[in-house]
Amino acid sequence: MPNINDYAAVVGESVINELYLLAERVQHRTVQNINSTAVGGGVAEILTRMIPLLRQLGVNARWDVIKGNDKFFNITKNIHNALHGAEVRVSKDDWEYLLEVNRENAAELNFSDDIMFIHDPQPIALIEEKQRGNRGKWIWRCHIDVANPRPEVMAFLKPYVERYDCAVFSAPAYCREMGIPQVLVSPSIDPLSDKNKDLPEETIGEVLRRFGIDRDRPVVTQISRFDYLKDPVGVIKVYQKVKKHVDCQLVLAGGGATDDPEGLKVLEEAKSAAAGDPDIHIIFLPPGSDIEVNALQRASTVVLQKSLKEGFGLTVSEALWKARPVIASAVGGIPLQIKHKHSGILTYSIDGTAHYLKQLLHEPKYAQNLGLNGKEHVKNNFLITRHIRDYLLLFLSLYYEGDVVRL
Amino acid sequence: MHNPFHFYTEQHLVKLLGLKARNPAELLDGIKKVPPSSIYYHTHRFLQQHFYLSPEPPNDFAYWFTNVLNFKELGEAFASVDTVEFKNMEALRTEFVKILEGYPVENPVVCPDGQEFYFMACKTFILPTQYIAHDLGEFAEMLARTSVSSLYFHIFEARMRLGRDESDFEAWFKSLGADSLARELSKLDPYTITLEGLREKIISMVRKYAKH
Repeated sequence: MPNINDYAAVVGESVINELYLLAERVQHRTVQNINSTAVGGGVAEILTRMIPLLRQLGVNARWDVIKGNDKFFNITKNIHNALHGAEVRVSKDDWEYLLEVNRENAAELNFSDDIMFIHDPQPIALIEEKQRGNRGKWIWRCHIDVANPRPEVMAFLKPYVERYDCAVFSAPAYCREMGIPQVLVSPSIDPLSDKNKDLPEETIGEVLRRFGIDRDRPVVTQISRFDYLKDPVGVIKVYQKVKKHVDCQLVLAGGGATDDPEGLKVLEEAKSAAAGDPDIHIIFLPPGSDIEVNALQRASTVVLQKSLKEGFGLTVSEALWKARPVIASAVGGIPLQIKHKHSGILTYSIDGTAHYLKQLLHEPKYAQNLGLNGKEHVKNNFLITRHIRDYLLLFLSLYYEGDVVRL
Repeated sequence: MHNPFHFYTEQHLVKLLGLKARNPAELLDGIKKVPPSSIYYHTHRFLQQHFYLSPEPPNDFAYWFTNVLNFKELGEAFASVDTVEFKNMEALRTEFVKILEGYPVENPVVCPDGQEFYFMACKTFILPTQYIAHDLGEFAEMLARTSVSSLYFHIFEARMRLGRDESDFEAWFKSLGADSLARELSKLDPYTITLEGLREKIISMVRKYAKH
């Protein structure tokens, strides 16, 4: 696990120095994070990396996990899907059970910290403890895409959210009118992780050889799990349109649960659409293939992310961080990561994507500039160091009124 | 003995206002009612967040009109507002209202889903750094080491948001008697250059005077 000072080589010493400056102002506060899982999933992943880094900066941060049985997690999975907009029913009994499990956990947890940082809906009702004499500040951090939630599910959660001192969302489209301050904290990538760290040329070459990809011809890549929302068949259609003009290869690589019947169906449909074209490489990656993803992104001439729907879409930042030119759909959090024709290309259709792909393959200088701009944008906005800075500012904001604060 | 120059820095926490616009009329309504820190955020964010190698959009409004609604004329009108001429956010807000009220929109506009204009604002935290310069030589050396946020604070924040006529650097140069250096810096339009480019230019100016 990297040390906070290791990031100076990536973002510059002045950025790390300023994290220490901010952290000094938070050191007398204790911060308790609570979520519903210690391993697996994006929230656990970010907390696993974030807590040690905050502690190295001198912030007294800790992390607890609520307990629940299968019934509880089935209910919270339904709530999660409904917040994504899926037509899922959450019954009155389900809500009662969620509250009951939250209360059982509350009886065992310690709420004496200055800042209670509650992640996602599973432990949201712990806020009831605030009324029971916990004098700390309470933050609710929503990591989920709630741009189009089921209204009845949001209606249940909203009164709980409004009892917090502040709510935090990952994209502007996720916030709504509420009686408490709302803050934007975008997710981030870790430049020192296996998926994003610099790789030796030999490693990249070895991965490409293993998958039979020719480095002498342009490589167009989409990294994503095999899911209809990532539109792999649409990506193949884009490639087929472009292939008539440019001799390129397509790599569709990603993971997915092997017991997910829909994932396997999408994979089969992609293979069928590829129609035996030897320049289309459909690669099913097992979990833990971070180095392979890293190498494939670095070896790409252009990276695509032609999703039909997207959460934040951090694969875009991953590719931009490697200075790759990216063409991506203008959905979810992607427009935050790409400013059209400045740090990449935003598209809305197969034809549009094919048009810009041809252009970038024909104009490598322009493509290179987009990639370099994209890298700068990610460096300043979507790395874990920016995420830590936002959390430190968020903690400070709980104690200072006004738009300008002199510390 | 002159007062030393103490480098400060600033950081912004982005606030979500729960207010969005789908067309120019809704944008006008929003611009009229958001707090000054929102006008500030949407006109200055690009300076801090994008350190591009190529020319960049000057503000969020211009970008939205040009790249999302495809309103080139309005986009250009917003892009060409000379932010440096406005000493405070209310004056800038008035200018934006004037542009929008003077622009006839004949057909209702449909903004692509998910590409609406979301009004945001910021809470700014200002704090001192460890860098304190006692002369121009030290100043140039420290400016090279401090963060771009510090540079941003002394050049933009002082002038625009805190309502001063000059940047902190200019004021300090004058206090040292380096009036011509202050004048040279005041001629520089910081809005048309990247922060790293600005840093290099100022360091080279200061080094030239430090040798005298």
